[in-house]
Amino acid sequence: VRVAVIGTGAVGSLFAANLSLLDDVEVWAFDLNELHMAAINRDGLRLSGADDVVGRPHATSNAAELPPCDFGIVATKAMHTEPAIAATAHALADGCVATVQNGLGNEETIARHVERVIRGTTFPAGKLLEPGHVQWEVQGDTTLGPYDERTPFGEVERLADACTRGGMPAHAVADARGPQWRKVIFNASTNPIGALTGLTHGRVCERPDLRALVTGLVDEGKAVAAAQEIELDADPEELIDHAAKREVAYGHKASMLQDVEARRQTEIDYLNGGIVRFGGEYGVPTPLNAAIQALVKGVEASWTQS
Amino acid sequence: VTRVVVAGAGSIGSLLAAHLARVADVTVLTRREEHAAALRERGLRVSGRNDFTSSLDATADPGKLPADVELAILACKATDLVPLAASLEGTLAGATMMTIQNGLGAEEIVATHGEWPLLSAVTFMSGTRHGDTHVEYVLDTATWIGPYRDTTESEARRVAELLEAGGLEAEAFPDLRPAQWSKLIFNATVNGVAALTNLPHDFHFAQTADLSDLGHLVRDLVDEGKAVAAAAGVELHDDPWEMNVLATQRGHRHFPSMLEDVEARRPTELELINGALVREAERLGVPGPLQTAVYRLVKAREASYSE
Repeated sequence: VRVAVIGTGAVGSLFAANLSLLDDVEVWAFDLNELHMAAINRDGLRLSGADDVVGRPHATSNAAELPPCDFGIVATKAMHTEPAIAATAHALADGCVATVQNGLGNEETIARHVERVIRGTTFPAGKLLEPGHVQWEVQGDTTLGPYDERTPFGEVERLADACTRGGMPAHAVADARGPQWRKVIFNASTNPIGALTGLTHGRVCERPDLRALVTGLVDEGKAVAAAQEIELDADPEELIDHAAKREVAYGHKASMLQDVEARRQTEIDYLNGGIVRFGGEYGVPTPLNAAIQALVKGVEASWTQS
Repeated sequence: VTRVVVAGAGSIGSLLAAHLARVADVTVLTRREEHAAALRERGLRVSGRNDFTSSLDATADPGKLPADVELAILACKATDLVPLAASLEGTLAGATMMTIQNGLGAEEIVATHGEWPLLSAVTFMSGTRHGDTHVEYVLDTATWIGPYRDTTESEARRVAELLEAGGLEAEAFPDLRPAQWSKLIFNATVNGVAALTNLPHDFHFAQTADLSDLGHLVRDLVDEGKAVAAAAGVELHDDPWEMNVLATQRGHRHFPSMLEDVEARRPTELELINGALVREAERLGVPGPLQTAVYRLVKAREASYSE
């Protein structure tokens, strides 16, 4: 089996390194970060933290070098999906392409370039320490499901099996929208609140008025999911309260807060913006998510002021 | 000559004091004695739209304010009004007090500390302080004045005429609430959004080309405010959305005080502006989910650096 991982930031690197440990899987890592690719080709792709692994994927920043693959795993930030899949579609045309990205709309973007798409949601997390070396901070499951009837379920199972054997537990399910929307609602209802206020997750949740705003955002997301007959696999409210515990993620600065502090473009358009877009399509009002999206886009606009 | 006290010498207080000192006998009440001493020694310079230096008296001690003051303008920030009004208790007998703070509720605060006749004012001018004795007059927009307690429109007009004689823009109204509410809704919306996005009040606030553009949120926030005003029986003097559009077309990127406060990690005027509007909405049973969200977010942002 040949797998191309498109976008090897932290999450993509976790997949690339772990899958490359399997004898029956050949892994290609594709990323525009040339230093990272050169380090991988020279020294391998090292993970440390939750597990210590040195993988040996092929790595390239030149999409033309990618051979035809059975699977693609797209792991870029959501705003880079379009250029990433456009550049690599030639190698993935006969395979199945899974997204393990954040947010809503990545599947649609990928499906404009390749025929068989797998919807995925993944929970492992880490950070790129230096070229060729990723800190594996959080272990977690991945859920994969066919995007539409063109994707054979057997292929979804084959990819899930490879990931699981490589040390990244994955489940193949008929409808992967439940986990996806649960994660999107969780992220959209908490990340931008941290980004706008500067508060950690726990401090957001311990302010009753702010926690009520979070619930307002969650309720809109749930209503949009319900209108599509998506059954969430867990209640985002419980996950939010769980994460707020001292021993879990009380002091965690949401990735969007980290993005804002580093003045990096956020994934707001694919989180709250995605909920607003689907809400519009299904006639469900989402005024709070729209407000939060506009505010975070305002923050981004403030960085380009003269 | 009219004897006037200006309490508070931030940018608005400084602009008022320096201009009034050209036509009245002005004493500035400052918080710091060095500030008062500097004003007594060097006077107060105005640059920008006008260019002159006034000499005036100043003190940091409310007990040393002159007798027979006709008009006292309380020009401190809304966050400083409670201690200022308390410090004036028992002083300035016979003076008419005028509040000029943003938001709602300044008059009520002053009213609890003395029997003075009260005027309300809102101001749209702006300035930038360059030290204790120099203020730049940036926006020469008007100050609006109206009666509040034991005062009439003609008294408001006399104060407006005094400000105009000193070189400022001013207008009197029989009832200030329509103007005050227009500014309240404008400030709650623009200051709140600026404090959350770090954007100065610029073209983004009126932009509506894309669905996620900020102008849509600004208009929705204004609409909530207008519904509250309507429920309160106030017919607005200006449409806050049009005020917003006009202000963004001036070509001047104004930094609202709430944004400056948040960036300097100071307490903001949130409670008297956004808090007042949200509490009015609740009192009147008018839904204001977006104004409430902005209020809570700014309050939390303040908490992120003040706790």
